[in-house]
Amino acid sequence: MTAAATTTAANAAAANADVVLDLRGVGFAYGAVTVIDGLDLEVRRGELVVCVGPSGCGKTTLLGLLGGHLAPTRGTLIRAGASRTIYQDGGLFPWLTVRENVALGLPRGLPPDDARRKVDDWLDLTHLTDFSGHYPHQLSGGMRQRVELGRALAAETDVLLMDEPFSALDYQTRMRMRRELASTLVARQRTVVFVTHDIEEAVMLGDRIIVLGARPTRVRRELHLPTARPRQPADPGVAEAEQTIMEELGLTA
Amino acid sequence: MTQYYVIRAADASKGSHMAGWATSMLRRLLPVATGLVLLAIWWIAHAAGAFPVGTVPAPDEVAAAFRKELVSGRLADHVVASLYRVAWGYVLGALAAIPLGLVIGRSAGTRAALLPWINFFRTLSPIAWLPFAVIWFGLGDPPAMFILFLATFFQLVLATAAAAGSVPRVYYRVAEDLGFGRAETLVRVTLPAVMPQLVTALRVAVGVGWMVVVAAEMLGPQSGLGFLIIDARNGLRMDLVVVAMITIGAIGIVLDVVFARLARVPMLRWGFER
Repeated sequence: MTAAATTTAANAAAANADVVLDLRGVGFAYGAVTVIDGLDLEVRRGELVVCVGPSGCGKTTLLGLLGGHLAPTRGTLIRAGASRTIYQDGGLFPWLTVRENVALGLPRGLPPDDARRKVDDWLDLTHLTDFSGHYPHQLSGGMRQRVELGRALAAETDVLLMDEPFSALDYQTRMRMRRELASTLVARQRTVVFVTHDIEEAVMLGDRIIVLGARPTRVRRELHLPTARPRQPADPGVAEAEQTIMEELGLTA
Repeated sequence: MTQYYVIRAADASKGSHMAGWATSMLRRLLPVATGLVLLAIWWIAHAAGAFPVGTVPAPDEVAAAFRKELVSGRLADHVVASLYRVAWGYVLGALAAIPLGLVIGRSAGTRAALLPWINFFRTLSPIAWLPFAVIWFGLGDPPAMFILFLATFFQLVLATAAAAGSVPRVYYRVAEDLGFGRAETLVRVTLPAVMPQLVTALRVAVGVGWMVVVAAEMLGPQSGLGFLIIDARNGLRMDLVVVAMITIGAIGIVLDVVFARLARVPMLRWGFER
């Protein structure tokens, strides 16, 4: 990142300490193909923003931009602090055990005793204590995603980016993981941008839901869900929100 | 008419445990049985006079020569000489090849510049270097080690580069999140990620090295299993030629088994069990 960009970030943070992610007219193109076209988005500290949209609409590209792995081809993106990304599958290092993977997430330069204690805490919080010596390929898909979550949380960075983290899981495990994510975020608050194609997931987890249109991606609709997460299908407002999203995505007859 | 399929639970109380044990014993005995059959064919063919006199020795002649060479310690000397050359050439070749392979695999520019030439030299038989090896390194061990180095180096560069080029991109994104620098990423991500493929390549390379050393020893050095073959042929000792051949094959198998074991290291098992 250039010095100019860093300065801008510092000014923005001073202007509004509450805004963790600020996108202004952000666009991204792979060669001639525009994937994201003029996206404006503000994410506040502690918010869980879910971006939902059709497959291939550039959700993963958006997370690449938010995480700093891709540079926007136009517009400005400001992120306060470092971020960690949780991937759908295969983001763990298979040559490291569960414990080693989580330890890798810790802030660097901790004294060994502190590091050990913190890893124990994260393993406990993600219910992985009994599997700390296992390698990722010996775990179920749900456990692997819990390790990913533990490693990302261990960083103690504010921003968590989640790229369809539960999509590769079976239905029941996915439900359980949503609940666990919600309760973990109560215990350890983070700012989360969560990308999914699953409307139900969006409505159960999001404080705010951004409905993205087909490529090139723009914000089609923003929904606020003020009730506590995770929500159940029968909770007030949930069915209506789901209906609205379906309409926006053109999924209703 | 409906056909019913009845699938009963296997009766674990009787038979199955014994059967498993018996099967595994049989598996172990089968290769021995095959060996005995081959030996019998050799013996019968020899006894029936299938080979012109003095061309192929009888199994008992070979066994006698084997015992004599073993007792005198000459065979062990040749084995040690060959292994010594392979070890040096192989280790130096691997040490040079792995870092270069990692860099080539990760850097498109280096890859474009070097890969065609690595491929050129890899397809060039290392034995073709013998005249230069002797001019540059004289006689004795060094020219053979040089040839072993070449035999190992080019194929390992290629294998490492191919493995490093196919490491999933998500690992590098994670490394960026973790704040790894270039060198740290190479050592802590690329290297462990290619290890399973590298172990397989090392296993293949040691086999190739063991084949090449025999050829390299046929010119120049006055020791080693390759020299033993040429020396025995010059003395019309075909029984000794067979002794050398059996020894070469046996050691080749031992090397392969040792390297195959490497794949069982816990840190590497992910690459073989998925």
